[in-house]
Amino acid sequence: MIASLPPGLLLIVAALAIPVLPDALRRAWTVVVPAAGLWALIALEPGTYLGFAWFGAEFVPVRVDKLSLIFGYVFHIAAIVGAIYALHVRDTVQHVAGMMYAGSGIGAVFAGDLVTLFVYWEAMAITSVFLIWARGGETAYRSGMRYLIVQIVSGVLLLSGAILLAEQTGSIAFDRMALGDLATWLILLAFGIKCAFPFLHNWLPDAYPEATVTGAVFLSAFTTKAAVYALARGFPGTEMLIYVGAAMTAFPIFYAVIENDLRRTLAYSLNSQLGFMVVGVGIGTPMALNGAVGHAFVSTLYMALLFMSMGAVLYRAGTIEGSELGGLHKSMPFTTVFCIVGAASISAFPLFSGFIAKSLTLSAAAYGGYAVAWLTLTFASAGVIHHSGMKIPYFAFFSRDSGKRCKEAPLNMLIAMGTAAFLCIALGVWSPALYSILPHDVDYEPYTPSHVIGQLQLLAFAALAFAVLIRYRIYPAAIRSTNLDFDWTYRRGIPALIGVVWPALWSAWQGFLSALAGGLRAGIGAAIRLAGPEATLARTWPLGSTTLWVAVLLGGFLLIYYL
Amino acid sequence: MADTERPGPAGESARGPDRSAGATRLFWAAIVVCAVLAPLDFFYHKHAELGFSGSFGFYGWYGFVCCGLAGLAARELGRLLKRDEDYYDR
Repeated sequence: MIASLPPGLLLIVAALAIPVLPDALRRAWTVVVPAAGLWALIALEPGTYLGFAWFGAEFVPVRVDKLSLIFGYVFHIAAIVGAIYALHVRDTVQHVAGMMYAGSGIGAVFAGDLVTLFVYWEAMAITSVFLIWARGGETAYRSGMRYLIVQIVSGVLLLSGAILLAEQTGSIAFDRMALGDLATWLILLAFGIKCAFPFLHNWLPDAYPEATVTGAVFLSAFTTKAAVYALARGFPGTEMLIYVGAAMTAFPIFYAVIENDLRRTLAYSLNSQLGFMVVGVGIGTPMALNGAVGHAFVSTLYMALLFMSMGAVLYRAGTIEGSELGGLHKSMPFTTVFCIVGAASISAFPLFSGFIAKSLTLSAAAYGGYAVAWLTLTFASAGVIHHSGMKIPYFAFFSRDSGKRCKEAPLNMLIAMGTAAFLCIALGVWSPALYSILPHDVDYEPYTPSHVIGQLQLLAFAALAFAVLIRYRIYPAAIRSTNLDFDWTYRRGIPALIGVVWPALWSAWQGFLSALAGGLRAGIGAAIRLAGPEATLARTWPLGSTTLWVAVLLGGFLLIYYL
Repeated sequence: MADTERPGPAGESARGPDRSAGATRLFWAAIVVCAVLAPLDFFYHKHAELGFSGSFGFYGWYGFVCCGLAGLAARELGRLLKRDEDYYDR
């Protein structure tokens, strides 16, 4: 029965039952349903399912191939881990939203046509925003609203592009596209928004840190990775993406350094990670695509792990500001260890999951001769120390003792973090587990002396630089603040511009109106002087002169007629 | 914006090197690890995918410089971009 439902839809439908289930059953339900979905997915044969024609368009609600499967697997795993992490939460809205959101993400990666993709695309936006609003308060509400607007715009662009494309090609199939006309640009822009391309990225560091403790874990997993999937499906080998992706890996690092909210630091870190995947898609060779997709797989797990560990800190210590934290390893030893595993994974430390995926993309960039991109990615690989690699664990758990003493995270959180940490290490140690499910055949050995020693040296010396900056107090001080990013343009810049321009426009309009009124008044006055009761034209004319004028007119008419 | 040092344990000076246990351990541990890893370049054949990446000590100096410069650049960026916490709420 389960297998006959499209992947993802199972979770969406099952989520509807959550509000009516008794408490104990509801807890089990949130974990068992995604597990059942995963089980059904493993049994699913590649192919297309449930296709139908409607209004002359071929709909393919389910397409199963290696590219969609790997995303399907990791989304299910993330949904299971996220649900375990959220077991203690009593807010039904979050459980429903979380499961529906996961279902929408899963549905999106199995969508075989652009319209189905659009439906899941918007469903992701609408379901996920409740994970932000559930935090409560004005800040979360406004941030969620901004998030929702951006996400919906992305969906509208996707639909517009899909309609234009259908006009041109007569097909709504979601396959590889050649970037060129308006339709494909609109679709790329839609993907780019959800993938947090530079200047389109602000919704990510804006909204994710405002979400609930458990909501941020779900958010970190689905939307952006679904966008990576969409790029890998639609635009592999689009060279522009190499440079967009390279920029994405680098610039969030600077923001991560000065950010005090550690979950916002993680959001920038996630943004940087997405850059690696975008570069991989841009290069487009089988090896690079494997790198991008493999990276998406492992990154979903370690980003979730990092968000879980910081969520646990927020939950127990009551704050996630770097300036308020420090020394928590005494209170939360397990969370500390799990966070370090996540940090080692994202840093691509050998034997951790990031290493086996990131190496693929870096090697692909090198083999393709993209030296600048390679140097940028290597810069970002060193810069990871500045956000998740060392900053997060150092500021939260070590650093100087904040004096905070709290309880260790609840058992369900520890189990969820432990599961994710186990997967991060297992994948890193046993690379064939990941390589066998990648979309293309892999002929690659990550554990060569060159790779391992090179990476260790890179990280060690980057860590040394971090330690020197900390020791000599050069590292930007942890202070509570707001850091301006591109969102300033639409949160302050444009409103301010409107504040200046609108009064100017208004007074210009007023001036125009009064000039118009003056002109009209003068015109009417002149007409009255000319044709009013006392005016020249209103006089009674003598018969003789009238006849003369008529004769002149007729003569003129005759002349023109003969000419 | 002034560098407001967060208050440490009582009596600790905000000047000079940060001698808190965490920072000190981190510093010396990093030095030891780097000292062990750097000479390894003598002992194995580098499979350089790009020519310059096989040069001696490339990963070491590149990692150090990148991370150091990123920290310094971010510090300057912070001066430029940091606003009060309630900047957008006013």
